[in-house]
Amino acid sequence: MTETFVPPTRFAVPGRIAVSEQAASVWQTATLTEIRRETPRASTYRFAVPGWPGHVPGQHLMVRLTAEDGYTAQRHYSIASAPDASGHVELTLDHVEGGEVSGWFHTVARVGDRVEVRGPVSGFFAWPGDRPALLIGAGSGVVPLMSMVRHHRARNLAVPLRMLVSARSPEELIYARELGAETTPVFTRRAPEGVPVGRMAAAHVAPLLAEQPPGGWEAYVCGSNSFAEHASRLLVTAGQPVDRIRIERFG
Amino acid sequence: MHITRGFTGRPRVDDPGLPPGQYDAGDDWPVLSAEVTPDLAPADWTFRVDGLVAEPRTWDWEEAHRLPPSAYEGAIHCVTSWSKFGVRFAGVSLDAFLDVVRPHGSATHAVAYSHTGYTTNLPLADLTGGRAWIAWEYDGRPLAPEHGGPARLLVPHLYFWKSAKWIAGLRILDHDEPGFWERNGYHERGNPWEEQRYSGD
Repeated sequence: MTETFVPPTRFAVPGRIAVSEQAASVWQTATLTEIRRETPRASTYRFAVPGWPGHVPGQHLMVRLTAEDGYTAQRHYSIASAPDASGHVELTLDHVEGGEVSGWFHTVARVGDRVEVRGPVSGFFAWPGDRPALLIGAGSGVVPLMSMVRHHRARNLAVPLRMLVSARSPEELIYARELGAETTPVFTRRAPEGVPVGRMAAAHVAPLLAEQPPGGWEAYVCGSNSFAEHASRLLVTAGQPVDRIRIERFG
Repeated sequence: MHITRGFTGRPRVDDPGLPPGQYDAGDDWPVLSAEVTPDLAPADWTFRVDGLVAEPRTWDWEEAHRLPPSAYEGAIHCVTSWSKFGVRFAGVSLDAFLDVVRPHGSATHAVAYSHTGYTTNLPLADLTGGRAWIAWEYDGRPLAPEHGGPARLLVPHLYFWKSAKWIAGLRILDHDEPGFWERNGYHERGNPWEEQRYSGD
């Protein structure tokens, strides 16, 4: 008999979230019911999705736009809202330079418009609220993490949750008004009076890892690839096990 | 199909190389992996093929490089809807490894696994006949760690989550066994031309 390969890490633990095959494979029509400006570059789009099967914080959905000649464009976006029974989901989108889909949302979309969505999809980055969660994001990487924070609040969960979020400046910090004591913002270009300016560093991560909750943290990292590389290395250096780090990279 | 008011899309040419639902990422090569990029030196890299084979075998970096070189030039397609054209990978055809270990006649599938523990399943037919590689060079340079270096599996005719980064081995099986993303909602096979994105597609 051949030896069994044992990887040095146990990364490939099966996902904990069962994904509904039916929900993932059906396109549904979503109606835009509200647009909220978050920062100069990011807005939140609220959709009514009559057949929405519900989601777990951290999951994403796919949006499809169709031109008159039948051309379609589809993109994955993280869900920003907490799961609830409202029949609505929210996305927060950055206005990407030259972005084909985000450009439509930021310059054309208005309340009453309809787009197609499918999902929720992918269970790996999801957090059902069962384990202590250490959330680290940058820029619009805060979006799926905010779904977790909102879920934590809405359900009044007792399980520990902390968030570190990096933004260029206070004006560019998405959801700034909503962030509470669970969140430590890090500003890389300009900060409020008395707050240091600089990149997320070991000094931000170490205190959180020093106060390990029972069972340890489940870490969720979301942002650009370069941020995800940086933040995940900070976590590993500070002692977080690699198989307890989940990463969502915005490519 | 629902027409989106005011959506025209970017200027486009009808590209027969672009599978449905995909766009051309141009010079971008987004990184999409769910785990921490491993610190894996070529000297520590190994590649094993076992399971339903006549002679299980492990190659190290130098042994693998003694196999006949083989290159791929063409397109790659990610399930998140970007495609990338004119990519150039160099390495060794998977056929060269399989010729050594000789899969049994009953073998139908393989599970590819990485040095991080990532897994993905593939029909053996998708790995043979010059359609799959172990790749260690991209565009004439060593493959970057974030893109799976020192070596990754390359199966360019399927969505790219099948092309396991930091490839550590293949286990040859007589049945299909879902891997990491397949257990997390993605399609068993992942053919971009049939838009096999999620389970149920």
